[in-house]
Amino acid sequence: MSAPTLTSPAKSLTGSFTADAFAAHLASLPPLPAWWLDRKRAAYERFASLPMPARTDETWRFSNIGTLTLDGFTLPEPTRAKLYSPIGIPKAAKLVFANNRLSSREALAADLAKRGVIVDTLQHALNQHGDLVREHLLAQPPKLGSAKFAALHEAFLTDGAFIHVPKGVEVGLPIGVFSYAAGAGAAVFPHTLVVAGENSRVTVVEYFGSATETDAHFAVGANDLYAGHGSQLTYIGKQDWSRAALSFQLNSTVVRRDARVQSLNLHLGARQARHESLSQLQAPGAFSEMLALTVAHGTQEFDQRTLQIHQAPNTKSDLLYKNALLDRAKTIFSGLIIVDPDAQKTDAYQSNRNLMLSDEAEANSLPGLEIQANDVRCTHGATSSRIDPEQEFYLQSRGIAKDAADELLTFGFFEEVLAKLENEGLHDALRDLIKTKFKK
Amino acid sequence: MKPPTDTLAPPTENPVAGIDQSSGNFRYDVKYELDAGTGLSDRTVDYISAAKKEAPWIREFRQKALQTFLAKPLPTHWATRDLENINFDKIRYYLSSGQKPKRTWDEVPDDIKQTFERLGIPEQERKFLAGVEAQFDSEAAYSNIKEIVSKQGVIFVNSTEGLREHPEIFKKWFGKVIPTSDNKFSALNSAVFSGGSFIYVPPGVKVAQPLQAYFRINAENFGQFERTLIIADEGAEVTYMEGCTAPKFSTSTLHSAVVELVALKGAKIQYITVQNWSPNVFNLVTKRGLAHEEAEIKWIDCNIGSRLTMKYPGVILKGRKARGEVLSIALANDGQHQDTGAKMIHAADETTSNIIAKSISVGQGRSTYRGTVHIPKHLKGCKNNTECDALLINTNSRTDTYPAITVRGDRHAVQHEASVSKVSEDQIFYMQQRGLTEGQAMSLSVNGFINDLARQFPMEYSVELKRLIDLEMEGSVG
Repeated sequence: MSAPTLTSPAKSLTGSFTADAFAAHLASLPPLPAWWLDRKRAAYERFASLPMPARTDETWRFSNIGTLTLDGFTLPEPTRAKLYSPIGIPKAAKLVFANNRLSSREALAADLAKRGVIVDTLQHALNQHGDLVREHLLAQPPKLGSAKFAALHEAFLTDGAFIHVPKGVEVGLPIGVFSYAAGAGAAVFPHTLVVAGENSRVTVVEYFGSATETDAHFAVGANDLYAGHGSQLTYIGKQDWSRAALSFQLNSTVVRRDARVQSLNLHLGARQARHESLSQLQAPGAFSEMLALTVAHGTQEFDQRTLQIHQAPNTKSDLLYKNALLDRAKTIFSGLIIVDPDAQKTDAYQSNRNLMLSDEAEANSLPGLEIQANDVRCTHGATSSRIDPEQEFYLQSRGIAKDAADELLTFGFFEEVLAKLENEGLHDALRDLIKTKFKK
Repeated sequence: MKPPTDTLAPPTENPVAGIDQSSGNFRYDVKYELDAGTGLSDRTVDYISAAKKEAPWIREFRQKALQTFLAKPLPTHWATRDLENINFDKIRYYLSSGQKPKRTWDEVPDDIKQTFERLGIPEQERKFLAGVEAQFDSEAAYSNIKEIVSKQGVIFVNSTEGLREHPEIFKKWFGKVIPTSDNKFSALNSAVFSGGSFIYVPPGVKVAQPLQAYFRINAENFGQFERTLIIADEGAEVTYMEGCTAPKFSTSTLHSAVVELVALKGAKIQYITVQNWSPNVFNLVTKRGLAHEEAEIKWIDCNIGSRLTMKYPGVILKGRKARGEVLSIALANDGQHQDTGAKMIHAADETTSNIIAKSISVGQGRSTYRGTVHIPKHLKGCKNNTECDALLINTNSRTDTYPAITVRGDRHAVQHEASVSKVSEDQIFYMQQRGLTEGQAMSLSVNGFINDLARQFPMEYSVELKRLIDLEMEGSVG
């Protein structure tokens, strides 16, 4: 009845990410604040001592544990590969990272910079805006099962994006952050930190991609979104790693009084992708809208874990995760709404819809609730089904061929989520990106 | 005969905790002829097996199960840590005052007969039951079936008799629906089981009135491990009801049953439970049915008592067009955790399942829904519908929902919905306007919440359920 003891050698707990690799990583960094280096060293210790996920871990239920590996990866050299840029919509500023280093940037317009908006690299911000970074960078606990990978991310985090919008400033155009991996076995650790000040407004669009379709990569990305009082923060994440990548993305959102965060994650790439999303509603009036679209094909596995924590009265969260499954793909949605004691008047919703487009695909849903206050409105729903034959028949009766009808209905399935975006350019760009995956 | 000993403080002391447990909260000092002592070892298992004069294969089955039980960890990686408070060394695993159940109430020893008379069992039997078995601690004290039913070939006996006298019928399915190693508590039951009902309904026989078993725990520090196996042969139909009570002790009591149902082609089994254990009972029960082609298994599961209940009745839908249903009502009051739910394992084409779970949390009570719906590869036309509704009465009441749904393939339809709410203030206000007190209005509203499920109970049970809820809601407001 005692906990299983770890008898496996330490090597299997660190894989390619050995103590030597960590020392080399530290040596490669420019001068950075001591507190940050201390945190990285502590993180490496945690990473090296925590066990790999086990089949019996509830937070990994239904996940394929056997295909998780830390072996065969390297910290990549700078790359000169030509990088695909997917979204042509106008941006307020842009940062492009490749193999953990800044590769190009488009600076912010002078008027926004003058009003105090910062779009900079994390390395630079650690030295220039240390207090702000220290307060928010990886400040939230990893609650969804990937503590080991979160520690690995912190230990090897090299550079990333730092975005700060000061009190009362609105940034009209989206800010773009692009992260690429190039070269076989490249291990990347993208990070985006967004701090939206009081009553500010900003949209951040993030893209993850690979230089080729076939190289194996290892990606552990994370982001921290902090929405200050009354702010409006929109985040779009597009995961399009190579089809041989193993991906972890660990997102954390903090929503303060009367703030509103909308996040939409589009999952297309990787052979196995785990996405963890934590949303903490910390003060009255906070609202978090969590959206996700997944197109899973081949033998891809998408493993999405979410947690909505209502920590104060009068907060609201609304989650809608839609998966379309083709071929022999597998998806897991595990969501939990926690309503703390005294978080009365909570309004929480959680919905997972799986569209089964193949007889070999597998959808797993674990929609959960833990409610400790009574004056709340909490509902969740999960469905798994094929295209509605009646709708298909209706379109066919209007002269639309079956294949075209199915494609229309599949896009109709996604449209409910895309329609929630205010920016029409983004809406179209996302739809185009999804289409690339349906072209065989 | 000695007078009964009331072990509970007067019910006025805490009117909210435990529904009318006052009616079941009494005990007699019974002198047991057979007592396996305290604690669990291979000697305990041998003692039970010897007392029952069992065939060697059953003794081996028990011994193997004991090893499985000892080897398995407690499932605390997902379940409540309250399980760690069970002290398996302090439990008495077998207590009985006689092996052979009596066929008439006149033969039942006075103190045991009084127990069941106070609980109203003989009266119910006369009124609306086809057969009754009354278990007192480890063994059935009384077991009878109406002549008209036994003439149809229906067998209704306890587990010892079933395995000894009808092995050709029961051995085939015994331990097949729920293997010993299914979980730690099914292994424990397999090692020390005693009592329970073994029922066989021959092909085409429809038993018009329900068969009933009543489980009574009388002794302190006792563990009750009844084992039930119901086989409905092709086209047969049967309804089985079980009730239970125990006196309230300051120490904990363990009840860990295994219930297996087998519905052969076209058969229908309905299994109704009204669980009303006293609030010191750990109620850890494994229930599963196997539904063959076009068969139907329906669990109606109502949990009101106990300290911790963990019970997820399941149906394995093995034959084409089989149908499974779980209707669950749970009420958790102060100090109680009702961790209940359902499992639906689809294993054939065009199988359908339906789960409707309603829970009510009162005071600091906690109710949990846990469910599994599994539709594997290469099946077609399977359907599942799951609805879970939770009602929270007080500000600090708690509810959790943990479903797990796996669907493979594009030829199925699965939907799950859950909601959490409190009693509508408008409704309460409206009823108070019409002259009801707040308590009455609350009771009416809660009864309305479960009404569509309660209506599916046999009338006598739904009346009882309504009365229990009224009692439970007393003092929960204001």
